[in-house]
Amino acid sequence: MNVVTPFEGIGASVRRKEDFRFLQGRGAYTDDAEKPGQLYAWILRSPHAHARVKSVDTTAAASMPGVVEIYTGADMAKDGVGGLPCGWQIHNKDGSPMAEPLHPVLAHDKVRHVGDPVAVAIAATRQQARDAAEAVVVDYDVLPAAATMAAALKPGAAAIHDGVAGNLCYDWHIGDKAVVDAAFAGAAHVVKFDLVNNRLIPNAMEPRSALGEFDRTTGDYTLTTTSQNPHVIRLLMGAHVLHLPESKLRVIAPDVGGGFGSKIYHYAEEAIVTWSAGKLGRPVRWTADRTESFMSDAHGRDHVSHTELALDANGKILGLRVSTQANMGAYLSTFAPCVPTYLYATLLAGVYTTPVIYCEVKAVFTNTVPVDAYRGAGRPEATFLLERLMDVAAKQTGIDRVELRRRNFIQPDQFPYQTPVALQYDSGNYHATLDQAIASADWAGFPARRAEAAKRGKLRGIGCSTYLEACGIAPSAVVGSLGARAGLYEVGTIRVHPTGSVTVLTGAHSHGQGHETTFAQLVADKLGVPVAQVDIVHGDTAKVPFGMGTYGSRSLAVGGSAMMKAMDKIIAKGKRIAAHLMEASVDDIEFDRGTFRVAGTDKTKALVDISVAAYVPHNYPIEELEPGLEETAFYDPKNFTYPGGCHIAEVEIDPETGRAAVVNFTAVDDVGRVINPMIVEGQVQGGVAQGIGQALLETCVYDADGQLLSGSMMDYTMPRADDLPPVSVATHTTLCTHNPLGVKGCGEVGAIGSPPAVINAVVDALSDYGVAHVEMPATPAKLWQIINSGRRAAAE
Amino acid sequence: MPQVTLTVNGQTHTAEVEGRTLLVELLRDKLRMTGTHVGCDTSQCGACVVHVNGESVKSCTTLAVMCNGANISTIEGLAAADGTLHVMQEAFREYHALQCGFCTPGMVMSAIDLVNKHPNGLTEQQIREGLEGNLCRCTGYHNIVKAIAAAAEVMQGKRSEMARAAD
Repeated sequence: MNVVTPFEGIGASVRRKEDFRFLQGRGAYTDDAEKPGQLYAWILRSPHAHARVKSVDTTAAASMPGVVEIYTGADMAKDGVGGLPCGWQIHNKDGSPMAEPLHPVLAHDKVRHVGDPVAVAIAATRQQARDAAEAVVVDYDVLPAAATMAAALKPGAAAIHDGVAGNLCYDWHIGDKAVVDAAFAGAAHVVKFDLVNNRLIPNAMEPRSALGEFDRTTGDYTLTTTSQNPHVIRLLMGAHVLHLPESKLRVIAPDVGGGFGSKIYHYAEEAIVTWSAGKLGRPVRWTADRTESFMSDAHGRDHVSHTELALDANGKILGLRVSTQANMGAYLSTFAPCVPTYLYATLLAGVYTTPVIYCEVKAVFTNTVPVDAYRGAGRPEATFLLERLMDVAAKQTGIDRVELRRRNFIQPDQFPYQTPVALQYDSGNYHATLDQAIASADWAGFPARRAEAAKRGKLRGIGCSTYLEACGIAPSAVVGSLGARAGLYEVGTIRVHPTGSVTVLTGAHSHGQGHETTFAQLVADKLGVPVAQVDIVHGDTAKVPFGMGTYGSRSLAVGGSAMMKAMDKIIAKGKRIAAHLMEASVDDIEFDRGTFRVAGTDKTKALVDISVAAYVPHNYPIEELEPGLEETAFYDPKNFTYPGGCHIAEVEIDPETGRAAVVNFTAVDDVGRVINPMIVEGQVQGGVAQGIGQALLETCVYDADGQLLSGSMMDYTMPRADDLPPVSVATHTTLCTHNPLGVKGCGEVGAIGSPPAVINAVVDALSDYGVAHVEMPATPAKLWQIINSGRRAAAE
Repeated sequence: MPQVTLTVNGQTHTAEVEGRTLLVELLRDKLRMTGTHVGCDTSQCGACVVHVNGESVKSCTTLAVMCNGANISTIEGLAAADGTLHVMQEAFREYHALQCGFCTPGMVMSAIDLVNKHPNGLTEQQIREGLEGNLCRCTGYHNIVKAIAAAAEVMQGKRSEMARAAD
């Protein structure tokens, strides 16, 4: 009997199903599997940021104990292995396509960043492979390196790729410059401001790992990999790199220990182990050590921007002009070109009625690790820019910073709202999230807290950020017109088994998001099947029909919507079976949470009666209906979703040490309908931790020669438990108007909304020191210098 | 090659190891107990924490040969034979203190040792400082701190049943 308690459906904080295996050490991560006859690969990586590879001598390495084979870039090139493809093409201002240089799996003429793979040693044990890789002799001719965008753009800078003039990937723009210039001409206030969005290193706790297998009997390849989107990896690697048809290539992404974007992309190591397994006829596995993760996982952010805001005398925004340089790193990672364009510049209206916007973006190659979408991707950069700009503008115009925001908000009755930068927002209420956050954070009571902190010798500041993001990526036709080389729908299959349990196949992939619980709640809510009887299958191209994976907070908005559509089909078919069994007209059958009823009667059939009839069709409308109860739906969204809200941070700075501590943090987010409040709160908590990390602690540092100085967890400051405050999380819901669940997405709001709130608070705390801006991360050294130069100035 | 005999979760194992073999490699690769994870190479992240003779230890920084004769507990040995979770495991589930699950085994093992080392109870700040050696990239630690506080109350006899998290 299918009886579901109402507490398992939409809106219930159901404790997670997946936790039982994770809490008992029974998770199945890529590196956990053991395959008979498996070999280990170790990748030899370039120690130089930029060098010509004159020769690679593998003789000594090949004869080391346990070594099976050493492969170089030349071996792969000889075998016709292609370069790693880029999934998005941007066009220059003049309409010509971006520069898209070859990204070899193993470098064979040049290396272009520290960590660029040069050779792979394959041996019986991991240590033997490592020993052998270290015995490979590479003769490098070291070239001048460009570790920064400024160095790469300097006239006469060494060319990182032959044929890419000036190391420029593209020079793109959006908006009508003449119209924006005209808006500035009549402005009462023009605010000019330069800022940097610091480069981050993702550091998902599970290092990347890949296992290639080849079946000599069938000729089938299997790649098990730490991926957020196994079908996309199959498509990219099969079609572009190894030239294998999808039918001969299976990609499995089992339990994955965090991704945050860094595990979206098709990486060289996936192709290396799959290709090597085919060559050797044995399983080949590779797992990064953390040092490799630092120098080979795609990094995030890294923008330098000049911004200008025009306002009238009342503080109403008249126009925004932005010029940004975005670091691509040494090669184009899978989605890199879209991040500083369609995930960034299109967000520059934010929550404001800015009538005209112009943004130009130069994407630059440098001798650094490739940069791609990371935990918010483009939207944190846009939000940081806008929300710092609002505070700077408030100071310059003398208008209160909260009031300035309110005066420029898009009003609740203006939706759907068309921005000047291509997006149309469907819903939101920015006054409501701001009001709720202001009340919850006791903004009005702040002066008393500041005075109290001052008695303790601490500088206390408060800052807010009213942000918006676009997620639920995305309508295929729209992204296609913007340069995406893939569609961005999602796929869901609902399989009702004969005795009434349900298997859901989804193209979304869970690597911490709790899909096995949230998706089961959708089924519980709609079909009335208890959560315990719903299994979610994901991450295997041999099981799931197709899918585009999980990123951009799209799993529920797009993947969940596909499941809802598939369940609609299940219910429609179930009604026809129920009508037959109860000898009624289909039009008279009603369905509610597991029960089919003839309207206005007490005649009912449970879902399990229908599933039994569907699989044992003795009494069944077999002439008009196929047996079975399984339906698949592809859902292509009509629009992005637009979560937004308000984050408020309060910091205290110790003037003696310069250390800034976030002492209060309040988030009020509109993520649309909430399926599992516990999980939503957890997602926001984690995102805010990343935002505070970016604002105060984390940054990637290269020296002028392109050596990665922040290349380990001893050198790169990961936020720890005692770096973070308790975070107050609340939601205020307006429903998404165009997906069946009304959901918007919650995975990235924390990382997007929080950094400017923290920096606004830091700048506020330093208001007596004449500080206009502090670049991220606001480290103790940086703040101590500001405070002490301020003290000196005051003393003089 | 040196031989090591050690007890893991009550079972005695003998294995041949290289001098350079780490405890975590012995556990994962030889004994196939893959619940203990490796998240870094500088002894920072704590995904590899196990108990050696009752003390939390980073198994990525311990040579296997150092553990000859030792009594090791790992995440796999925490739950009772009938499947009942250890109160710390139950608290992590109740308070949503894990997302991707990768740091979780080390986090739980550290948390138990932390509570054991503070028999008179812990403040929130002591919990946060006690987690200094364990990194999590998903949760922001907020719920981990709450879970440890709730489990500590039960482990230290202040409550007979764990306080439920707010829904």
